[in-house]
Amino acid sequence: MRKVYMDYAATTYVKPEVLSEMLPYYGSIYGNAHSVHSYGREAAKAMELARSRVANAIGALDREIFFTSGGTESDNWAIRGVVSASKKGKHIITSQIEHHAVLHTCEQLQKEGYEVTYLPVDEYGTVSLDALKAAIRPDTALISIMFANNEIGTIQPIAQIGKIAKENNIVFHTDAVQAIGHEPIDVNEMNIDLLSISAHKIHGPKGIGALYVRKGVRINNLMYGGAQERGKRPGTDNTPLAVGFGKAIELACTDLEARNMALTEKRYQILNGVMSRISNVRLNGHPINRLPGNLNFSFSFIEGEALLLSLDLKGIAASSGSACTSGSLDPSHVLLAIGLPHEVAHGSLRVTIGDDTTQEEIDYFLRELPPIIERLRAMSPLTVED
Amino acid sequence: MYSEKVMDHFSNPRNVGEIENPSGVGTVGNAKCGDIMKIFLDIDNGVIRDVKFKTFGCGAAIATSSMATEMIKGKTLKEALKLTNKAVAEALDGLPEVKMHCSLLAEEAVKAAIEDYIAKNPDAPME
Repeated sequence: MRKVYMDYAATTYVKPEVLSEMLPYYGSIYGNAHSVHSYGREAAKAMELARSRVANAIGALDREIFFTSGGTESDNWAIRGVVSASKKGKHIITSQIEHHAVLHTCEQLQKEGYEVTYLPVDEYGTVSLDALKAAIRPDTALISIMFANNEIGTIQPIAQIGKIAKENNIVFHTDAVQAIGHEPIDVNEMNIDLLSISAHKIHGPKGIGALYVRKGVRINNLMYGGAQERGKRPGTDNTPLAVGFGKAIELACTDLEARNMALTEKRYQILNGVMSRISNVRLNGHPINRLPGNLNFSFSFIEGEALLLSLDLKGIAASSGSACTSGSLDPSHVLLAIGLPHEVAHGSLRVTIGDDTTQEEIDYFLRELPPIIERLRAMSPLTVED
Repeated sequence: MYSEKVMDHFSNPRNVGEIENPSGVGTVGNAKCGDIMKIFLDIDNGVIRDVKFKTFGCGAAIATSSMATEMIKGKTLKEALKLTNKAVAEALDGLPEVKMHCSLLAEEAVKAAIEDYIAKNPDAPME
């Protein structure tokens, strides 16, 4: 059966040129980067090249990059590490549409005595700058707002948020896991103090990410141990993964603009194709200001998991914000936050494409989707009259 | 995560549709939760002659609707009322734990349709 991957926001394959740079570090170059001997020095050299590639991608200094196990650890560390070290107070500002790595960390901190403001978003999923300004208090220790949303792709006004944070002397963290390799990021221009990224979303290996921490920002450790990562993130350096991350981020940030344009063109082709072939469908997220490869639809009268299963039977891989795919009874918190009624949120479909998505794959998707929607709607007791 | 039988009933659901002038109709669940099952019965002399369903829901919801309708077709009302969610799930070679509520919905929809019929025909035979 034909297989079409349209779930690039979930994860990506490791590019061959990334893997080939990694492999020697599983084989002959296996030293511990903190050993003094030649084995160690070779590994340490690779770590420093990887760190510098990550730093270059976001305009940071090498010493401001700390490798972690991925986006989730970076988010946990950024938030907990900053607020526990802060002398300003115990108030955090974030948004209602953050990734669970941020939201659940904030919820846990509330149980530990912190106060959290969850900023609402408008119908497109954009945080209001006025609401942000109004939420700031003298004891606000941290603002954490994601760069771009993983479900609906909406890009936040990060530079303006950074400016507001700086004017108010508040540390600003952004989860840029989805944005890296798609949006140009400069931590200095945008006044970003901490930034979370992950390798596997950009054709790097799973299990490694990084946290950028601006020089001078006070942050406590999550874990204690050896002196790795300048004593802030202990544990033996994972050299092969760091090497892969370094290569992947370098590739992901090359020709960014041209690749984005090509991706955006493909996105519009799918959007127009879906809108012209299917009725009672809406696009979730911002119409323009969104990640180039992200589309999120709500199809009325049907449920998302049934749709995913049907697509999967045709070899098409996508994802949904329906409750049945989240393991809970509630549909996606992001779709509810942009104001979708529950039943519409249940019928969502996220399609995320990448550089490798071909014309044939798009044609195949646009051919297979309408009969699937029609079949599920014919089975549904819900109709336009409801 | 789903058994082959679940996928079979999801891909080729039995008894999809509506019955005109049904003897009884049962609707359970709500759109807010992401599951609605509507079951239509054609009952003659205490026996379910025909049954159809329409379901808004996940793969398990559609498969359990299909299986539940198969299991009560041709049965007496008394027999159909004995349908349990466990039996529906077993007939499908099991359901993932998080999907067991879907099989409960199927049991409830069948019961709601029979109760609807009984409410309209209090003196009708049950078998």
